[in-house]
Amino acid sequence: MNIKLKIWRQPNAKSKGRFETYPLNDVSSEMSFLEMLDYLNNSLIKDGKEPVAFEHDCREGICGSCGMYISGRPHGPQHRTTTCELRMREFKDGQTITIEPWRAAAFPVIKDLIVDRNAFDKIMQSGGFISINAGAAQDANSILVPKKNADEAFDSASCVGCGACVAACKNSSAMLFISAKVTHLAQFPQGRIEAEIRVKNMVAKMDELGFGGCTNTRACEAECPKGISISNIAKLNREFFVAKLKD
Amino acid sequence: MNGIFSSSLGKKLIMSITGLFLMIFLLVHLTVNLMLLFGDGKLFNFAANFMATNQLIEVVEPVLAIGFIVHIIYASIITLLNQRTRPMGYIQTSSNGVTSWASKNMYILGGAIFIFLVIHLINFFWKIKFGEVATLSYDNGLTQMADTYSLVSGLFITYWWYDLIYIAGALLLGFHLSHGFWSAFQTLGWNNKIWIKRLEIIAYIYAIIIAIGFTIIPLYFLILK
Repeated sequence: MNIKLKIWRQPNAKSKGRFETYPLNDVSSEMSFLEMLDYLNNSLIKDGKEPVAFEHDCREGICGSCGMYISGRPHGPQHRTTTCELRMREFKDGQTITIEPWRAAAFPVIKDLIVDRNAFDKIMQSGGFISINAGAAQDANSILVPKKNADEAFDSASCVGCGACVAACKNSSAMLFISAKVTHLAQFPQGRIEAEIRVKNMVAKMDELGFGGCTNTRACEAECPKGISISNIAKLNREFFVAKLKD
Repeated sequence: MNGIFSSSLGKKLIMSITGLFLMIFLLVHLTVNLMLLFGDGKLFNFAANFMATNQLIEVVEPVLAIGFIVHIIYASIITLLNQRTRPMGYIQTSSNGVTSWASKNMYILGGAIFIFLVIHLINFFWKIKFGEVATLSYDNGLTQMADTYSLVSGLFITYWWYDLIYIAGALLLGFHLSHGFWSAFQTLGWNNKIWIKRLEIIAYIYAIIIAIGFTIIPLYFLILK
């Protein structure tokens, strides 16, 4: 198939970016979206041009690094799919595909399609962990976890931190991301110990870093490649208000 | 409670609590208004008079005004703060098939409802509270009260375009509530995977009742009177 790519090009964080259009012929419908970009970059390099910078690592949907805004949607048109899992058969021959980086004040563009998602790391550092004294591994059944909690924690833990929720939200809110982390850790007896301080710190950090507030449009849930539910956000709100009432 | 309302979640909590309070008010308001449709106006006049002279309502009235003001002010604060979060927008956006139009445009809907509210207060509240409304006697002169029915019916019968404004106001309110209702519960944390669907259905039922309920009244005077 032959396609046309309209891609955001920005040499560095400080420079002003613009869209460039590249025709690309003989694209296989079996290619992944990232393979198609590799193919484009090969031809750009052959022509002596600067290849398009994009982030990628595992290319199997679990690292969360390949996020980009494709034809008006985070990770492209296919439901519950990361960009690396997206195949070119989802597009039509002759189609113009627009590729933009995540747009959010908290995710500044580093180069082309790569954004700085350090804000997520800062939020995690503010409370997205369980403090334990490292030592010999405990017996597996010494702390019992109900199956329901384990299942819910697993669902929440499937968040890969790609940032599609922030990119999709009209307020660039990180609530779905934080709620997934808070819910995941709050389900376990070990996680309950720091549950209150965790939720307060993570929400405070989110506000400080310039993410917006949640207005319940459900765009995050619709675009999350891992299908994280906004029921996590309801739980986050519960945890936060209960913790704050005690202050 | 320390610092709760300075957080983004705390501001939403205020929206949620004031919103739920205003939604209860709307049901009371609609119940009284629907009495316009029955009889020659006596029922409505008695109900309106009861509401105007009830001591409980006297206490609730300023609370209601504060509820409206706080809801509007915090909506403006939240909208302004949220607008700063994306300095550069996308050139192409496509629908995800889930996000409702109302949920994305709550502030615009709210602004339109606010304009309607001002017109509405000038039309009725101001006149009843501070203006001259003709009195009427019932029960052989034993009961005297303001003839609110004639004030309302007079406006709706004389000016057809006021009927259209009120119908538009009711429909805008319906859209606003279709998102606002379940969103309030979500913000409070009263939601989970099972209740999301239930709350959305209840929200639509509530929004339809309010929208149709308030639409029927001007339609009744426009068509039947």
